[in-house]
Amino acid sequence: MQESTKKNNLVIEICNLSKGFDNQLVLKNLSLNLMDGENLVVLGKSGSGKSVLIKCIVRLLNADQGSIHVLGKNVNELRSKELAKLREKIGFLFQSGALYDSMTIKQNLEFPLIRIKKKLTKKERDEKIEEVLVNVGLGETLDQMPSELSGGMRKRASLARTIIVDPMIMLYDEPTTGLDPVTSNGISTLINDVQKKYKTSSIIITHDIECARATADRIIMLKDGDVYMEGSIDDFENSTDELIQSFFKEKT
Amino acid sequence: MKKFASFKKVTINTHIVKKHVIRLGEKTYKKTQDANVFFLGIGDFVLFFWETVKETFSLGFEFKEFLRQCYLIGYKTLPLISVTGLIMGMVLTIQSRPVLADFGAVSLLPGMVAASIIREMGPVITALICAGKIGSGIGAELGSMKVSEQIDAMEVSSTHPIRFLVVTRVLAATLMIPILVMYADALGILGSWAAINIKGSVSFVLFFHQAFRVIDFMDFLPAVIKTFFFGAAIGFVGCYKGYTAGRGTESVGKAANSAVVLASLLVIIIDLIAVQITDMLL
Ligand SMILES: Nc1ncnc2c1ncn2[C@@H]1O[C@H](COP(=O)(O)OP(=O)(O)OP(=O)(O)O)[C@@H](O)[C@H]1O
Ligand SMILES: [Mg+2]
Repeated sequence: MQESTKKNNLVIEICNLSKGFDNQLVLKNLSLNLMDGENLVVLGKSGSGKSVLIKCIVRLLNADQGSIHVLGKNVNELRSKELAKLREKIGFLFQSGALYDSMTIKQNLEFPLIRIKKKLTKKERDEKIEEVLVNVGLGETLDQMPSELSGGMRKRASLARTIIVDPMIMLYDEPTTGLDPVTSNGISTLINDVQKKYKTSSIIITHDIECARATADRIIMLKDGDVYMEGSIDDFENSTDELIQSFFKEKT
Repeated sequence: MKKFASFKKVTINTHIVKKHVIRLGEKTYKKTQDANVFFLGIGDFVLFFWETVKETFSLGFEFKEFLRQCYLIGYKTLPLISVTGLIMGMVLTIQSRPVLADFGAVSLLPGMVAASIIREMGPVITALICAGKIGSGIGAELGSMKVSEQIDAMEVSSTHPIRFLVVTRVLAATLMIPILVMYADALGILGSWAAINIKGSVSFVLFFHQAFRVIDFMDFLPAVIKTFFFGAAIGFVGCYKGYTAGRGTESVGKAANSAVVLASLLVIIIDLIAVQITDMLL
């Protein structure tokens, strides 16, 4: 398996994934690939199962059916140790930010750093934290608690916590939602920078068409638990489909 | 004609019977479903317990977080325990005094109060208060961490959340609650001395001589041992309820609430078991 995926440059390979909760089926037979070094933007209405999709990829949720291969490994069959190893290579930005309330911003960023990059010395760690925070424009918040920051600042701090461990795969759940256009552009640039610098492959969930324009190599639209349309940004903008137009017209 | 009528009657009856059977069937079905949920709950509980035990003895103990929890659970509860301990001793003394005075046995008062505080009142009252304060605190904290996806975030950054959150809290509670109990015992006895001095004066030395004359090691030991179990139960129940909280902020309140209820109940049950065992052994 590993050999073949490497040849095809597939980083994530999802086949016929289905996932439901008590009373509704959220994802139905969804198949999707992420190429090496690619930025894949996922669009879709609220509640269409975008967050569920990327949670299945890191197995925060167990898939009901179908297979998910990440870096050639079948996620659903990994033992907990191997899963932890795999997760170290995946950065996950939560939609809600999910900063640890009881820790300062610095401790929040240290948390994954200490556990994943065990070899760094304290000085190197501090430098790294400083650098990443400046990158997201939060240089001064080192010793503040998450509750003292604004919503957008929390989102950026959370982004900093995700990219600090240089993951190979990034899963961004709405990185620019709730940010002003300027900061939003900054984040899009940052996503592109991260991709170039560390050769990451990313899935970016967003409603923000500007962000999609800036970052997307390829776009996927989810509807009713399956891929509704797939294509480049131009394909989407020139589409005559009603649903797609409604997405792109709103913002322009 | 008659025959037909009776026939009709019978059909109606079967109809009613059928309806009842169906309704009954639905009821039992619902009951079994409830029971299933109940047993699923127990299964969850056991699984969670097993996972916690496993993580307790696995490599990579989170010492810093453990110390922080000791501070929060132990030190931050001190003021509350101080007040309760003192008042507990005073009230016990003031209440018992008239009864003993009737028998002319006031000199037994310190010993009686000390024995009941050390054996029973100190551990149970302190544990119940801790179930309220610590159990609900842990339940609400972990519950909100669950709801705001912080536990998920820990999991994807390759930290076992049970090791980081649950093991540290359960161990801290197991260690701190016995200490709090001993502290409450000491203050309770001090309160008793103060209360005795409201009516007539008894010197400190005499009081303690009278108090500890009747207490031996075997009064002390079972009482201390059971407090470790109280602590473990309180910490564990708080963690379990918080960790398994549902979605939405409402479940945070529910988690905290049910943590207090279950922890208090467990304290009482453990106390009963402990008393039975001590009774059998001595
Ligand atoms: N843990 C869960 N338990 C039960 N239902 C869930 C769970 N997670 C998600 N759902 C349901 O799955 C559906 C899809 O949710 P999801 O969070 O993936 O939507 P989304 O596409 O990310 O929407 P948004 O853009 O608003 O974030 C929703 O109807 C939600 O109620
Ligand atoms: Mg979402």
